[in-house]
Amino acid sequence: MDFAFNSLLRRKGKNSALFVVYAGIIFLVSSIVFSSESIKRESRILLENSPEIVVQRTIAGRHDLIPEQYIEQLKSIRGVQEAKGRLWGYYFEPGVQANYTLVVPDEFLYGPGYIVIGNGVSKTFLAGKGDLLPFKTSDGSYASLEVADILSPDSEIVASDLVLLSESDFREMTGMQKGFYTDMILKVRNIKELPTITDKIRRILPDTRPITREEIMRTYEAIFDWRGGILLAVISGAAFAFMIFAWDKATGLSSEEKKEIGILKGIGWDTSDVLFMKTWEGLIISLSAFFLGVFFAYIHIYFTSALLFMPVLKGWSVLYPEFRLVPFLDMFQIATIYFLTVAPYTVATIIPSWRAATIDPDSVMRL
Amino acid sequence: MPSRKSDFFIAFLVICSIFLLLMTVHAAFSVRHAMQNIQAKARMVRELHLTDLCLFTDARYTRHPSMADLHTAFQDHPMSFEHFPSGTVVAPPPHIYHYGLDQ
Repeated sequence: MDFAFNSLLRRKGKNSALFVVYAGIIFLVSSIVFSSESIKRESRILLENSPEIVVQRTIAGRHDLIPEQYIEQLKSIRGVQEAKGRLWGYYFEPGVQANYTLVVPDEFLYGPGYIVIGNGVSKTFLAGKGDLLPFKTSDGSYASLEVADILSPDSEIVASDLVLLSESDFREMTGMQKGFYTDMILKVRNIKELPTITDKIRRILPDTRPITREEIMRTYEAIFDWRGGILLAVISGAAFAFMIFAWDKATGLSSEEKKEIGILKGIGWDTSDVLFMKTWEGLIISLSAFFLGVFFAYIHIYFTSALLFMPVLKGWSVLYPEFRLVPFLDMFQIATIYFLTVAPYTVATIIPSWRAATIDPDSVMRL
Repeated sequence: MPSRKSDFFIAFLVICSIFLLLMTVHAAFSVRHAMQNIQAKARMVRELHLTDLCLFTDARYTRHPSMADLHTAFQDHPMSFEHFPSGTVVAPPPHIYHYGLDQ
């Protein structure tokens, strides 16, 4: 192993550059695996509590308001335990250029004239408890609503942009007439009957589309699946960079390295000794890069709240949630990163060494 | 006292393995610590009947991707390209493909 070290140090510049880029690739891959797994697992726990079925009405391919009469029709479906309308919508605040989500809770304790806001709304509006916030209503006038409470900053991942308000204030602001809802939610008796119930909904109310809880959860799994979508694109970039490395290694050793192998064989080293030394060289670089890459990725995702990924997540949003990811870390993730990065590199370094180690030392030394 | 380079490397690997172990211990404790907070958020999701995480607030189909339909990408014009940066990050929900264009 000492010989391998000295061999690496003889090509200090090349190997340090290789190490830095290799560790960088492992950092990127690990950061993606850690952050996507964390968001996926947290979203699964949270969205397990979302409505069992949401029924949306669509007209001309667009989401439309759903009339109250649909509630009775939905309730008449066997297996449906409860059906009720949901009132929610968006509000664009031109002053701060932010989009808020208006939600009417089943029971709004504070009543008309008051609102409860998410932490993101509080930050963009610079509003605190007791402040009066002006909201433009559908007829162009302004309604001033008093901030009764601010939702905990810990809840930003689900509630950062929420404005909770009473039904009357919501209808006044949005101009939504009584007897209409944004969509409907259903509770079913037996979760196994969901496919049958959704089929019946599509038959009885053909202008609607049911969205089940499982579909809601799968949406987030699809977004944050690191084997697909944007994350795959980022990982592919890293994989290509890695492939160039592997290719560089696999296409052959430098004449200096070949000469070194030739001399070693000339002084009596076996092919297995040379391979052993080259394996150590590969392992020294890849293991060091692996550990450093993984450690820095862990710090990046869980201690700096994914500082480098934030610009991507923020997009054009004025209001973006600030939350700390929970490290749902397991050995499977570490093993995945290891086999995606260390194993191919080690193999890529051994093959050309084996080729060089099996040829005649005399011809290698003459290079 | 280690004096050979290989001794230093072995020591480095041992320290890294200990750090890796500490990382998993830290993760386990953090999850346990965060569970109470996650449960509070889950309660909020249940009580307010929420369907989506608040990750991107610039477009309605990225704020509530699970509620989006296949036409939202073309909301401004049938041939319009994606407008918001977050729209390139958020993939359409899988259930849209399952039920076809009408849904």
